[in-house]
Amino acid sequence: MTTHLSAGHAPPTAPAGPPPRVRLAAEGLRLAYDDRVVVDGLDLALTDGSFTAIVGPNGCGKSTLLRALGRLLRPAAGQVVLDGRSIARTPTREVARVLGLLPQTPVAPSGLTVADLVARGRHPHQSWLRQWSSDDEAVVTEALAWTDMADLGDRPVDELSGGQRQRAWISMALAQETDLILLDEPTTYLDLSHQIDVLELVARLHAERGRTVVVVLHDLNLAARYAQRLVAMRDGALVASGTPHEVLTEELLADVFDLEARVVPDPVAGTPMVVPVRRLPR
Amino acid sequence: MTATVETIRGTTPPEPGGRPRGRAVVLRRGPFSARFRWRSVVVPLAALVVVVLLSAVALGRGDYPIGLGDVLRTLVGAGEAGQRFVVLELRAPRVVVGVLVGLALGVAGALFQTFARNPLASPDILGITSGASVGAVTAIVVSGSSSVGAVLGGLGVPLAALAGALGAGLLLFLLAFRSGVDGYRLVLVGVAISSMGLAVVDWLLTRAAIYDAAAAYVWIVGSLNARTWDQAVPLALALAVLVPLALAAGRVLGVMQFGDDTARGLGVRLAAAQAAVVLVAVVLVAAAVAAAGPITFVALVVPQIAVRLTGGSRPPLLASGLLGAALVVLADLLTRTVLPQALPVGIITAVVGAPYLLWLLVRGRRTPA
Repeated sequence: MTTHLSAGHAPPTAPAGPPPRVRLAAEGLRLAYDDRVVVDGLDLALTDGSFTAIVGPNGCGKSTLLRALGRLLRPAAGQVVLDGRSIARTPTREVARVLGLLPQTPVAPSGLTVADLVARGRHPHQSWLRQWSSDDEAVVTEALAWTDMADLGDRPVDELSGGQRQRAWISMALAQETDLILLDEPTTYLDLSHQIDVLELVARLHAERGRTVVVVLHDLNLAARYAQRLVAMRDGALVASGTPHEVLTEELLADVFDLEARVVPDPVAGTPMVVPVRRLPR
Repeated sequence: MTATVETIRGTTPPEPGGRPRGRAVVLRRGPFSARFRWRSVVVPLAALVVVVLLSAVALGRGDYPIGLGDVLRTLVGAGEAGQRFVVLELRAPRVVVGVLVGLALGVAGALFQTFARNPLASPDILGITSGASVGAVTAIVVSGSSSVGAVLGGLGVPLAALAGALGAGLLLFLLAFRSGVDGYRLVLVGVAISSMGLAVVDWLLTRAAIYDAAAAYVWIVGSLNARTWDQAVPLALALAVLVPLALAAGRVLGVMQFGDDTARGLGVRLAAAQAAVVLVAVVLVAAAVAAAGPITFVALVVPQIAVRLTGGSRPPLLASGLLGAALVVLADLLTRTVLPQALPVGIITAVVGAPYLLWLLVRGRRTPA
């Protein structure tokens, strides 16, 4: 399990030349539920092959931002741009072949098997005529094997443990064969070892499968360990963005999380690690 | 002829907690490819055989019994005139309406339950059938008093039922739809619409003349009595359009079963898909109710029976339709033969269907929605 530890945070050697292409961008984004504005005037650009973690306190709008990036929420103003084209004006099926997303605590219909769940990931590639091509079958078989779920293919998803279930959903996202994958708190409700297990898998999606990954995470230490880039939000605004070393400072923790903390190097990965001291008054 | 049919066995051997999920058939030919479970093919075929057998028996049984051989002879165009009249004019329309009504209710129930992700979401609970009752009872009571009105009422009852069902469906959609469908909210709104509809029906009945009230009551329970080709032919035409539409929606239904976010993430235009599914389901129910009255319980119970027989994760459309047809024809046969008094078929579907569902629930521990 430790073999991929370095995969997540190792920054790719940046060769001199044109900067990597922007795949997904938020431009002047304002997001609201009914009249309540959650995010206002936010700009963000995500480059090809990047691994970004969005962090911030509860209610800062990070999950809302992720939903908008995945075209689940229509912006009140501004736009989300996917590969240079407004995502709202791109047919949703076309988007689904480029961008996959894993909602927070997704629900599988009772009785659905793991293999069937993963097979549903092929939906954007299928049509009424082409319901189960040999291509679909090969991709699903491979996705199950790659996520170590092949032996559980016949098991109903609702009988799996939390960690296995999350693996099954990631397997489905893999079978969707999208360049970009957005994950909303994929480690919620998991114990620490399963959190590591899931994040290792996500890191492998990035390192081995070349996926561009955006993940909303609560745990700052794990975010710093696995992501190349951290985006910190507070009150619907983007406060800081950069490498974990740049973002995860004692000053930022005070500003964004109202937390007095020491930041020390993670003894295993060398990434910044937060040791909380006490909560600061706002 | 290069069709390839291969059989895949599940990768896991049977083990505690890891039941094998049956075998799948993959069919690929030219640009077409699809995958079926064996049980989802076998169950509808078996149901079809049952429907055919029950129909043949139903055509022969009654006050004037006709042997199975004579029934078959009559159907292929031979047989004597008296038998031809009894089989083709008196009994065949009744059996055909029964089959089609069961088919429509079974498919509609499967659509509703999958779309709402809730096994309670049947047209009875959601108020669609009570909307139809309001329409029909209004037509019967308002037009029943005069002889001219009776003629109008006779023509108008199916159309009024249709309008009532569509009205209730529209109301349901407008009230329950909030940037997506929440099955719980849908059922609550449906229960409210249903109660309002039944209250209106009761009010109409208290105001009606006793003869009209009796006629309205028979209609409300649902009956296949005295059906003619006038009911069978329009229903058949409606189903010829609606059932293929429903089956074509099956692929999207498999994804709509997930939460809204997952479904949209997989590229489903959710609002459009949901509106289309509800519309097809409401019109199916409306057509069935217009032909035979609100035969209750079929749309609720049959999809749940079907999903337990096929073993999938959602009520299968075709199997639900055919099992619905079998249940209605069986119930009608029982009312005409076994029971001392001819009861309306709607009472029997509940009496036959409910215990079977309870037995399945007690036997199996899974509860697919």
